[in-house]
Amino acid sequence: MAAAILQTIDFKLHERPAPEFLPSGIASLDFALGGIPRGCVTDIFGPVSSGRTSIQHSLMAQAAQNEEFCALVDASDAFDPASAAAAGVALDRLLWIRCGGNAERALQATDLLLQAGGFGLVVMDLGDIPPETARRISLASWYRLRRAVENTPTALVVIEKAPHARACATLAIECARTRVRWSGAPGCSQLFRGAAFSVERRKPLRPAGAQFEASALR
Amino acid sequence: MHAPGGGGRLLACAQDFSPQVEQTDPDTVIVDIDGLGHLFGTVHEIAQTMARRAGSPVNIAVASNPDAAFHAARGFAGISIVPEGDAAKFLASLPVALLAPTEEIAETLARWGIRNFRDLAALPDLGVAARLGEEGVRLQKLARGEGDRPLHPVEPPTRFEEQMELEYPLELLEPLMFVLGRLLGDVCARLEKRALAAIGLRLRLLLENSGEHERAIRLPVPMRSSRVFLKLFELDLEKHPPAAPIIKVYLAAEPAKPRTTQNGLFIPLSPEPEKLELTLARMAAAVGEENVGSPELVDTHRPGAFRMRQFTMMQGPGRNACPTSLAFRVFRPPIAAKVQSGFLSAPGIRGKIVQQAGPWRTSGDWWTTNPWARDEWDIELTDGALYRIYCDAQTGRWFIEGSYD
Repeated sequence: MAAAILQTIDFKLHERPAPEFLPSGIASLDFALGGIPRGCVTDIFGPVSSGRTSIQHSLMAQAAQNEEFCALVDASDAFDPASAAAAGVALDRLLWIRCGGNAERALQATDLLLQAGGFGLVVMDLGDIPPETARRISLASWYRLRRAVENTPTALVVIEKAPHARACATLAIECARTRVRWSGAPGCSQLFRGAAFSVERRKPLRPAGAQFEASALR
Repeated sequence: MHAPGGGGRLLACAQDFSPQVEQTDPDTVIVDIDGLGHLFGTVHEIAQTMARRAGSPVNIAVASNPDAAFHAARGFAGISIVPEGDAAKFLASLPVALLAPTEEIAETLARWGIRNFRDLAALPDLGVAARLGEEGVRLQKLARGEGDRPLHPVEPPTRFEEQMELEYPLELLEPLMFVLGRLLGDVCARLEKRALAAIGLRLRLLLENSGEHERAIRLPVPMRSSRVFLKLFELDLEKHPPAAPIIKVYLAAEPAKPRTTQNGLFIPLSPEPEKLELTLARMAAAVGEENVGSPELVDTHRPGAFRMRQFTMMQGPGRNACPTSLAFRVFRPPIAAKVQSGFLSAPGIRGKIVQQAGPWRTSGDWWTTNPWARDEWDIELTDGALYRIYCDAQTGRWFIEGSYD
């Protein structure tokens, strides 16, 4: 009897198909990680100027290239349409929800969007939310989001300073800045050219990492 | 039905009995009474009920085809039942003038001594065709009661409006939703009957203080779900409640052809319009209408300028990928900062400036009442964070505009 139950459980565990991936548009990242899994929560975290938003823009541009619709739940109203358009984001295919610094509203809006369905990519940007506020988001809320996105073709990406989705995230990526590119002589003709970033996979715990460069707009 | 004294209410009376009503002329209507037997009894009883309801004196004739009924009603007073298959005999005594022949044919018939339907029906077919042509053949068929044309029912005006006067003023939203739900149900049922949908809805509430409260909902695609409409109005009225109790509700829908889409396995994912509209309304209720939509760049050099427009599902082509560019995060509003001896300090941000590029001097809109002029720098702090700061040329104050990320 027990063997039969175990066999059933084993069968069910093997039944879950591998998720489909949305390419990030950054070649080195796609080579290392395969992209961002659909139907799952992906946590992209790192300090200020660590390349999180550049990855986010690249993902949104890639989704637009696939003629999919994107939604951005912007908790702290930090989205810059000009730099996103320069990164290839199709603004007319983007639904932007500005939450004015209210993380609770951002969670509510994300939940509503996931329930409505039909978006290829939903980004919840908590990147400028103070860590103490982000920590207060209950695990139940994260599980609710994970449950809502499960078995859908939507990729849910959360941008944060530190990983808070914890067990609910299928993929967690830590970003860090490695180098800033300046040109010209300091003080008179110096120009800001861009920055290089490193990306490390923190979950699942299989070593994988990538490096990429992003050029400044000026 | 024919009203010799004028048929002012004739059409309305006939439409009470059947939706298939043809207004043949101003004082005559033809009604399809097929199936009315279950409600009113025999053919004679149906005719009697109609005569009673008409109010004024009317002639009613029942026949197997519209033309025979029309001529019998105009030719005989009271109620006439034209026997099926024997219409020619029944109509025989009617004058030829009832057929409204052309002046030329009427003159010819008068010269031949043809006075009534019987005389015309008795003429040889080939002779009539040879001498009076196609029109003569048609008139002869009518005289024999052999018309076979279909009925051309009157189309009721396509207005999708409902209104309700309330017995007592409504103060709360919940009872109003009950009333609105019923009106929306009726409007949607009528739209469905005509295979139409609504592209816009207008709600007018008459208030107790003699004022009016009007709300309009514009839909991105034609829809016909009363539940969705009710929820949209509920969310809208929660945000924009009327100023006084409501005494009358008026609802109008703007009809449009329903959306037709061809789905396919390889069509990219997109939200369902009905669900999306409801989700957008819910989010607008939570975060404010102005905070939900698609950003649109404005044709100006003013830093950070954009406008929000309604999110619609544009089915245009996607964009080509661009090389990875450094994203910028904006602080709204900009954070006031102090820059002194190469040190930046602002609430939550402090550090020594280790690298800098600038100034980038920009200005514009000096010809308007809202000009701007500033010197921008890109800076790197000791902790490695990259910011864009600027000094406002008008006030001389420093601000952090945002961070590179």
